[in-house]
Amino acid sequence: MTKLNKTRKVRKYINPYLGGVLLGIVLLAANFVSGRGLGASGAIKSAVVTTMNTVAPSASEKSGFVKEFSQSHQGSPMKTWLVFEMMGVLVGGFLSGAFAGRLKFKVEHSPSITSRKRLILALTGGVLFGFGSQLGRGCTSGSALSGMAVLSLGGFVTMMAIFGTAFALAYFFRRNWI
Amino acid sequence: MGPLSVNELISENTNLFLAFIIGIGFGFILEMSGFSSSRKLAGVFYGYDTVVLKVFFTAAITAMLGLLFFSLFGWIDLNLVYVNPTYLTSAIVGGIIMGAGFIIGGYCPGTSFCGASIGKIDALVFIGGLFIGVFIFGIGFNLWDGMYMAKFLGSPKISETLGLTDGVFAFLLIIVALGMFWVAELAEKKFPREEY
Repeated sequence: MTKLNKTRKVRKYINPYLGGVLLGIVLLAANFVSGRGLGASGAIKSAVVTTMNTVAPSASEKSGFVKEFSQSHQGSPMKTWLVFEMMGVLVGGFLSGAFAGRLKFKVEHSPSITSRKRLILALTGGVLFGFGSQLGRGCTSGSALSGMAVLSLGGFVTMMAIFGTAFALAYFFRRNWI
Repeated sequence: MGPLSVNELISENTNLFLAFIIGIGFGFILEMSGFSSSRKLAGVFYGYDTVVLKVFFTAAITAMLGLLFFSLFGWIDLNLVYVNPTYLTSAIVGGIIMGAGFIIGGYCPGTSFCGASIGKIDALVFIGGLFIGVFIFGIGFNLWDGMYMAKFLGSPKISETLGLTDGVFAFLLIIVALGMFWVAELAEKKFPREEY
């Protein structure tokens, strides 16, 4: 294993427990600064609401989805905390990848499936995750992780539902990963 | 003192700027922990790489303990911190759909942005899927509005529901997490993979 890492110029990932402590400090900082946790799917919701308002303003006015969003957000739907945070995620991920020599365009997949199949699965998974994140009022970051940090019952329930389902279905999708 | 923006100690624009800075930290740490790789993320469900479990629970516990201690020291008013509301039905059904999306797509929303930022095309396609999924939810909102609003319990804390104090619950969660870490380390030894 050490030989393998020496031959690659790519830097290793950090210790996962250290990564967890650092991520916890970032989450704590979010709560201390803004009184809220981290998130991801909310930024996509902002972008979708903006698109709906622009493309079909009359139809989107009637949609309960847009109404619900507008009630909790004032001003432009793109000027929200999560949109700015997710722009930061793109920058931060890029910087870490650049320092570690991991910047590379590629489709990552198991050798037992084709790139095409991987992309179809990625799209399908994305559609499901996008839909589920709206129904569940947040994704792994906003509902599960941030919810757990503030001891939210819903956060723990969503976390168990996400990981429980993924574990339960893992056997059926094993060829895509192993 | 905290939360700074809720107590109006910083302006709204400063808050958004800090959101960007916090996001940089979030993305940087996700990437350097290996969350930009879908095969590394999916590893937790097969035991060959349990980085997700370790990072996720360590982060949740660190933040949870941080908030409890900050509150104890009087640095933050936890009543002003947002506690996610609990709509039991949608929390479970939404979680199940997200779990299926996770094992099929290999990412969750945050990690897909992280993967896309270093050039993972599968992550970019996953993000495309996210937009479609959110759009479908928005378009058909009236169809699942009932399920979305069902079984509203307010914003209870899990410690209250279990009849424990926050501190005791936190302590028990740490014990559970340590147990899971122990199992995770065993699993990685049992299902080793050199390169993926």
